[in-house]
Formats: sequence, structure tokens, C-alpha cells
Amino acid sequence: MDSSQLLGITTFILLAASVLYIGLFIFRAHALGVTATALTFIALLTDTAGIIMRWVESYRMGIGHAPLSNMYESLIFFAWSIIVLYLFIEFRFKNRLIGAFVIPFAFLGMAYGSYATEFSREITPLIPALQSNWLIAHVVACFIGYAAFAVACGLGIMYLLKARSQEKGGNRTSGGLLDSLPDLRQIDDLTHKTILFGFLWLSAGIITGAIWANSAWGTYWSWDPKETWSIITWFIYGATLHARFTKGWGGKRIAWLAIVGLLSVIFTYYGVNFLLSGLHSYGGGK
Amino acid sequence: MKQKENPIITFFASVSLALFVLFILAITSIIGTVIPQNETPDKYLQYYGEKWSTVFHALNITDMYHSWWFLSLLTLLSVNLIVCTLKRLPHVWQTVMQDNLKTTAERLHKMSPSRVFVFNGPAAEAAAAARVLLSRTSTRIKEKSTATATMLFIQKGAWTRFGVYAVHASILLIFIGAIIGTLYGFKAFVMLPAGSTTSHVYEMGSNRLIPLGFDLRCDQFTLTLYDTGAPKEFRSELTVLNDKSELLKKSIVVNDPLSFQGLTFYQSSYEAKQGQLFAQIKNTKTGAATGLPVKPRTEVSWPDAGVRFGVINFEETKNGAASGYRFKIWFTDGTGTPSEFWMDFGATAKIERPATTYDFTLTQHYATGLQVAKDPGVWWVYVGCGLMLAGIMVAFFLSHRRIWILVTAEGDRTEVLVCGGANKNKLGFENQFNALLARFANHAQFTPQG
Repeated sequence: MDSSQLLGITTFILLAASVLYIGLFIFRAHALGVTATALTFIALLTDTAGIIMRWVESYRMGIGHAPLSNMYESLIFFAWSIIVLYLFIEFRFKNRLIGAFVIPFAFLGMAYGSYATEFSREITPLIPALQSNWLIAHVVACFIGYAAFAVACGLGIMYLLKARSQEKGGNRTSGGLLDSLPDLRQIDDLTHKTILFGFLWLSAGIITGAIWANSAWGTYWSWDPKETWSIITWFIYGATLHARFTKGWGGKRIAWLAIVGLLSVIFTYYGVNFLLSGLHSYGGGK
Repeated sequence: MKQKENPIITFFASVSLALFVLFILAITSIIGTVIPQNETPDKYLQYYGEKWSTVFHALNITDMYHSWWFLSLLTLLSVNLIVCTLKRLPHVWQTVMQDNLKTTAERLHKMSPSRVFVFNGPAAEAAAAARVLLSRTSTRIKEKSTATATMLFIQKGAWTRFGVYAVHASILLIFIGAIIGTLYGFKAFVMLPAGSTTSHVYEMGSNRLIPLGFDLRCDQFTLTLYDTGAPKEFRSELTVLNDKSELLKKSIVVNDPLSFQGLTFYQSSYEAKQGQLFAQIKNTKTGAATGLPVKPRTEVSWPDAGVRFGVINFEETKNGAASGYRFKIWFTDGTGTPSEFWMDFGATAKIERPATTYDFTLTQHYATGLQVAKDPGVWWVYVGCGLMLAGIMVAFFLSHRRIWILVTAEGDRTEVLVCGGANKNKLGFENQFNALLARFANHAQFTPQG
């Protein structure tokens, strides 16, 4: 077995776990929940093993480097970070229903990484600019941050769904699909904490990137689109935190900001690479 | 109590302004990621047409991150940070330093969360029991007694209230570093052929000539490729000289630059000199070495060593699928008869001469592209970055928690008020507070009220 098979299997396990978590949310069958958690845990193991194997394989090819050097590898680590964060939240808060809103992000990350045609999945040697000790620190910090923001977005969606059903259903005491979700105050608090966690790592990611750029080119900040979008994302979450700390924003507003924030993250990550690059090449057909 | 405030200060200190500036910065920053920056006027004309390129130039959108309006936004953010910090810091200082035992029973009763217990026994005994229960949360108990009441107080992390101001200060430090870098630093470039020495570099953008104050020589540039053809390494052997005496030698690659006297030289690009070879010669006896560009059929000399040589002929070689070149060399060091021999491209030949032996290597002649930076502000930026991360951790994950216990006696009745608060992570504080309440409730002599 090689790493790509193992990572392919991880994708399917995450699909199954996503289906089960959503099933648990809809049908509230306890057995589904236990299986979903077990599958998520297995996905964590196979994903970890896949990452380690890919690392070993790169050394066998004579071009050894940490598997954090391209779009595919970063997506694998992104999914890995989401799984770890989610499992921590599940064990800490003893609530599996959150999984229905979070694990699908890990699955989508893996599925996109495995089936997209925009980039290669091969292990390629590092070009000179990437040969730096900052590579691991920078990529790890960024993707832990991105994973936290994905979890926060899932929690935001959950908050909005529950808030809407409460507004509609009034004071109904039982029977609602969303009643078994954690109460709104708890979801709100968790969303906020996850954003704090993500903001710390995003800051660390931007800073390590700046230090790296300075050691490679002598410029820690050059306003290239990737840098600029990362700072836009930082501004959005920074504003969100100020609104909460000093203006007492909470509830739906923070939930929406968690969703908007993730859109900015996705643009920083995906949009800059695949949408903006076209605009930056003048010649040719465009 | 309420002081009348200067409306201008209130405006510049407001969080609403901070939110507004962050929002506008986020929105406007998008423009420069969609419209390419710092291109020539022709490109904008060609790509966007006359009308739009005029608009772009008028609004400095072609270099928006250095435009007057974008820098004004950053200045506004800085002013906001400074005024907000100066306005709030005295209050925070007071909160951190204040004597928390100087509060009143009235204020404590208004706190949330709070709980009142009735104690079955005298007040002195109640205070002692409360002290024991409280010491399991913290042993650093402060205490004050009057004739009718005893107040106990514990707190944790008062200093963490400064965390957010450390983050604000860190942003200002980064800005200061960036300003110092702009005022007293520069970015420059030089294309330095192997074997050549330069005493100056060219400023980016303006192409202004900047003297180095010393000489920099490129002894050799090597390009290494992976089997796939992708570049593996760009390496320049650099020597810093002062009046021909070598001060520093370093082999630089991307991500590992050479620093000397506040200037840093980064491996940036390279250029292969068409039709030119590069000879590296080393006298194995004396250790003297040099590198010299060679054009076929042109005599080259190394005057210091009295060496003259040249490539007098070359031919294509075919070895199966691989093809290359080999060269015929003519070489003399002024002793005996000149040597003549054939050697392969990239190989090292040993040339036996009457007095010594030379190592002679023939490769492609390259020029190395060096990015040169002087940035005395970079350490301000790094200190700012470190302070930012430390400040964020303190501001986000540590809180200031306070708990008071007030024991009062009215006739035979002894009442114990437990109350407290945290400036952040209120849920976490409530858990800790509820654990304390549970210890009181489990105590035989305390009975919860209400």
C-alpha cells in the first residue's frame, strides 16, 4: 500500500463519517453517533499514516521533504487539522451533533485534493525558494488557522439554523430537529473561542511567512496578492474580535462573520492561486 | 463623576473607528490584488483602455499600497491605536494596581455571579471556614476586617489586562520598523558575472547607482538541476574585498544570504552568458586560485600568476544519446613549453608544469542576479511580530479573575456572600466559581439562600 491509496481511503472514511454524523443529526440514533466517532478516529489514523508514508516515500525518491509543499499536501494537512480540532471539541463538549457541521469540511478538503484537475498530486522535488526551515512552520501555522476557521464556520451555520428554528418554533419543548444541539449560548461561545484560536495561528502563519520572505528575498512584505489576501482575512477576523470584545457582538452577527471569514480564507487559499493568477498574466488570449 | 470628554479624542479613541478602518482597509486592499501593480503605463492602456487607465493613474491604483490614500488609512489606524491606548491605559493601570479590598458591600451584592450562604455559628468561625474553602482556589488570600465584617479576596492574572495593549503596541512597532526601512534602507539589484567584481549596486525602480563601500566578487555560480529538469540549487560563491584583501567569503543559495555591514545579498536569479566559458584555475602548490571568463580562440591571462591560456579548438562529442562538447586547451605559466590537451566540458584537468600542477575546470559562464537589501527597520518588525504573538496569547487565553467573600454578622445571624467576576472567558470562570460554591454547599455549616 502507498500513501495515495491510504489517503484515498481516508477520503472515503470521511465521507462515511460525514453521512453518519448528518444521519445522527436527522434521525438521532445513538448507534450512528458511536460509529461516526469511531470512523472519524480511524480517518485520523489513516490520514496521519498517509502523511508519514508520503514523507518516507519522498526520502526514498531521494528528494526528501515534509509533505507540506503543494496544494494537494496542504489540503491533506488541512483535513488532518480539522479532524484533530473536531475530535477535541467532541470529547470536550460531549456532543456529536457538531460533527454534522464540521466533518463535511474535512471530507470536502480531501475530496477536492484527491479529484481536482487543477494541480498535480505527485511528490515533486522542492524548488530552491521552498528549501527553507520556515516551510514547515509557515504551512503548519497557516493550515491550523484555516482549519479552525472552517470549524468556526460550521459552528456559525449550526448557530444560524438553531436560532432560526427557535424563532419559528417559538417555545416548543420537544420534537424539533435542532433541540438536541448545544444551546445557543454554548455554540456562540465555542464559535468565538475557535475564531480566537484560528486568529492566533493565522497571525503566526503570516509572521512566519514574512520572516521567510525576508530570508529569501530581503523583503518581509511586498503586497503580492497572497500576502494581501492573508491580511484581508486578518482584518476581517480582527474586526470580528473587536466587535465582540468591545461592542458585545454575539449570536447571529458573529455566526455570519464566521461564514464571511471562511470565504475570505478560501479566497486567500484557492482564489489567489487559481482565479487571480490569470489576471496577472497580461499576454496570451486574455 | 462623569468627565466631559473632548469629542475629537472620543472619535479617535473609538472602537467604531477601528472597525470602520479595518473594514475599509480590507475592502480597498482587494483592488490591488485584482489590478496588477507597478506595471508600465502601456500595459494598463493595452489591458484596460484609455478611460480606465486614466482613472487608475489619477487614484494611484497602479501602486495603491504606497498611494497617499492607502497610507492615510494606515496612519488613521495608527492614530486610532495610539489615542485608544493612551485613553484606556490609565484606567487599566488603576484596575490592575487597585486595592480590591476597598470595595463596598453594596457593590459586591450587585455582582454576578454571586451567592449568599447563612453560616450556622459565629462570624469569626465563618471567616476561618471560608478561608479554608477559598484556599483551594488560591492560597494568596487578601483580607480586611472591620467590627462587623470580614472581606476575603483572591485574584489571578490582573496583568493579563495589558495583553491587548501589547498587541496594539506590536502593530505600531511593525509600522515604525517599516518606516525606518523606507527612510534609511533600500532595495537594489546587481547582475554580477562570475569572475567579476562590483563596488556598487542599482536601486530597484529608480536604477540609481548605490556605492557599497566595499567590493563584492562572484567567484563562481553553479546551477544544479533535478533529473526532471526543475532547478535544484542556485549557488554563488561570493567574496567581500577591501582593496584586494579578502574580508569575507560565503557561498550563498536561495534562503541563505550573505550579510556584511548592514547589507544583505540574496540569490535571486542568474543569466547564462551565451558562447562564453568560465575557467577556474588553481595552483595546487601555492593554493592561489582564480576564475576567468573565456571566449574560444581568444587568449586569456592571469597576470598575478603569469599564466596565459586559451581555448584553441572545440568539437561536439556523442556518447550514445548524450551529446556535449570537448575543448582543446593551450596553457602556459611562463616555464617550459606550453601544454596542449583536450578536455570535456564541466571536467577538471590536471596540468603538470615544471614547477607545479594546476587544477583547471571549464564550465558555462554565468552571471548571478543578486538582490541587495539594507533594512535597519527589520528588527523593529521582528520584535513587533514576537510581541504580537505573545500579546495575542495573553489577550485571548488568559483572563483576570477575581473572587470576593464577605462575612457579615447581624445579631445571631452570620451571612456569607461569595461573588466574583472575570473580564474574559466568563463560562470558564463560572465553572471555577461554581466549584467553589459547591464546596460551600457541601460544608455542614453553610446553607445556601435563595
